[in-house]
Amino acid sequence: MMWQTGYAMLVDRRKRGLAVLMVLVILTLAGGAAEAAWPVAEVKGDVWKLVTLQSYNSRLVILSTTLLGAASGLIGVFLLLRKRSLMGDALSHATYPGIGLAFLLMTSLGGEGKWLPGLLLGASVSGVLWVVIVSAIRRTTPLKDDAAMGIVLGVFFGAGAAIMKMVSNLPGADAAGLDGFVYGTAASLVFSDFLLILVVTGVVCGAAILLLKEFALVCFDEAFATSQGWPALRLDLTMLALVTAVTVVGLQAVGLVLIIAFLIIPAAAARFWTHKLHVMLLLSVMIGGFSGWVGSGLSSLLLDFPTGAVIVLVAAAIFIISMMFGLARGILPRAVRHARLRRKVGRQHLLRAIYELLERHQLDAAEPVSNLAIDFESLAVHRSWSSAELQSLLRTARGEDHLEDEVPGRVRLSESGFGEASRVTRNHRLWELYLIRYADIAPSHVDRDADLVEHVLDADIVRQLELELKGRPVRMFVPPSPHLIDQSAG
Amino acid sequence: MKSFVDDREAPADGRPEHPDNIPLSIHDLTVAYGRKPVIWDVELNIPEGKLVGVIGPNGAGKSTLLRACQDLVPKTSGEVQIYGKPYKEQRRMVGYVPQRESVDWDFPVSALDVVAMGTYGTLGWFRRVGKKQKAISLECLERVGISHLADRQISQLSGGQQQRVFLARALAQDARLYFMDEPFAAVDAATEQAIVSLLRGLNADGKTCLVVHHDLASVTQYFDWLVLLNMRVVASGPTDEVFTRENLQKTYGGKLSLLDDVADRLRNVGR
Repeated sequence: MMWQTGYAMLVDRRKRGLAVLMVLVILTLAGGAAEAAWPVAEVKGDVWKLVTLQSYNSRLVILSTTLLGAASGLIGVFLLLRKRSLMGDALSHATYPGIGLAFLLMTSLGGEGKWLPGLLLGASVSGVLWVVIVSAIRRTTPLKDDAAMGIVLGVFFGAGAAIMKMVSNLPGADAAGLDGFVYGTAASLVFSDFLLILVVTGVVCGAAILLLKEFALVCFDEAFATSQGWPALRLDLTMLALVTAVTVVGLQAVGLVLIIAFLIIPAAAARFWTHKLHVMLLLSVMIGGFSGWVGSGLSSLLLDFPTGAVIVLVAAAIFIISMMFGLARGILPRAVRHARLRRKVGRQHLLRAIYELLERHQLDAAEPVSNLAIDFESLAVHRSWSSAELQSLLRTARGEDHLEDEVPGRVRLSESGFGEASRVTRNHRLWELYLIRYADIAPSHVDRDADLVEHVLDADIVRQLELELKGRPVRMFVPPSPHLIDQSAG
Repeated sequence: MKSFVDDREAPADGRPEHPDNIPLSIHDLTVAYGRKPVIWDVELNIPEGKLVGVIGPNGAGKSTLLRACQDLVPKTSGEVQIYGKPYKEQRRMVGYVPQRESVDWDFPVSALDVVAMGTYGTLGWFRRVGKKQKAISLECLERVGISHLADRQISQLSGGQQQRVFLARALAQDARLYFMDEPFAAVDAATEQAIVSLLRGLNADGKTCLVVHHDLASVTQYFDWLVLLNMRVVASGPTDEVFTRENLQKTYGGKLSLLDDVADRLRNVGR
């Protein structure tokens, strides 16, 4: 029952804000309860410290992953809408050999091999090179996008693995920790790393917000954008550059295997909640940031868990919730809307069937229809309902106070039921007349077509129908049916 | 004003004296995708203020012609002039209605947002859609008769309504020359009527519209100028002059002409 009320609120536009707030509060409470109930006793005290960023070590990590989550949530929306999700994944894998080569180069030049900016520069160069090679293959050979990406990705990652092995066997070079880029080692972040992440995510977010209109245009309609003179290719490359930037600074914290989840999951989850781009962007940023925050917090509580993996699992949980409950396209709200429409259609069919039977008792078409009791059997025969179907329809109608049961086996419309029945029948007839008159549909076919549409006619459309049909002599409140009503008519 | 078209033989369609009065002048245009030529040696001059139907069989290069005019596909050879200048100097003169299927209608924007894209050209880099652009967009939606659907997400519109959104976006471009790629494809009767009256309105305002069209039955009713295209221009001129059985035969004729034969060979070169 509580769920039903909750759902009614979710589906109702005006109450959505409140409902979302409630869901968020419930989720927070549930999260708090789960964390409080964690079996390890000493962990309990740490939770609050973590969440409020009181411990220095975890503060850096949590802030970094939150920033990363927010930035990748933002740019990920465009990646998703441009249908380039796979490209993002391949891009992150393609950074691998760059890391190894950069280490090799820096060591051989006598420098510190694990100097982070150098490694990340190597990763970027490698990623950009990958984009260039894939575009070249796509342009010069008949191979399609996915094949080109797959081939180059495999080669890059294979080369990366080989280089890493070579590097680790190098005498005198301490390559330990380089493999941390594969799965991410957020715990090793230091202040300078945090600064780098802060600057890069700031720049990426700034650029994405600045170019919001242009990115959206290219994502939606590239041909139109080009025809208006927008440089679609350069905008695309800018978009990829921003993705590369987020990927590269995210390597250390999340790892190159999982960064794609960071880019795509928040955006995909956000899409379930809204049909508006700016809301989607905001939600995606929030989901990304939230996953980064909670995920890294959780992973520092569970010391053996890799940060990237926990963050992605948190994001995945949000994704599943969004997929189920997302107001715009989630599975449950859609099912609820569907079930509701079905109930409404069933109820209207019942009311109209009763009304049509009442009309048969009319002696003169000009007389008003009088409300009599109808027996179940003729009702079932009229619409070819099985007795179970009829009983279920009657139950719904009773719930709405449309019926009065006086004599067993017979049913009579209540005051409100009668009003509703004549309204429903009237709309149905108006729509039928409209179809015959304007859509040129044969009278023998209108009933079926009218049946489908009448249930979604709102007051506005009914008024328009009335205006359209004004010229027609409709003397009665409910116009007579323009076709014969027989038992087989739907 | 002298230009390259002037010292060539004047075609039958009677080209106006000044090329900058000609909305669209195409000279020797050839476009090929890879090895496959799509349009060949297209010579075309469209006079100002006409409703022009572009007709021809599937694969005749109708869409490609429209796209090539707007630099959306690379030209293998030839030249296109919009009011006497290359397209890239005349973008603001041109409005474009792409095929409805060319975009993903599941995009998270409203009808009004899409129409507002028509104002991006005048808006320029980084600037956001403001009150003025919204007002223009709403007015354009009104002109195609669906201003009440302004806030509707575009996937929740019917095919005809989506087509009207695209038309409204082109109106928001406030152009003098419109390229419309199959605006009548798979729309309901009401939308077809709305589009026709919109076209007439544009025509009355002196705008020129090039409309790719499929339904031969309505051609004479809708357009006062026709371009019959099948890889090359079969005929171009006032509808009552060029809409003849002979021209249609040439455009749609099932017989394998020498041209098709050569085209076939060209496609197979190097295979």
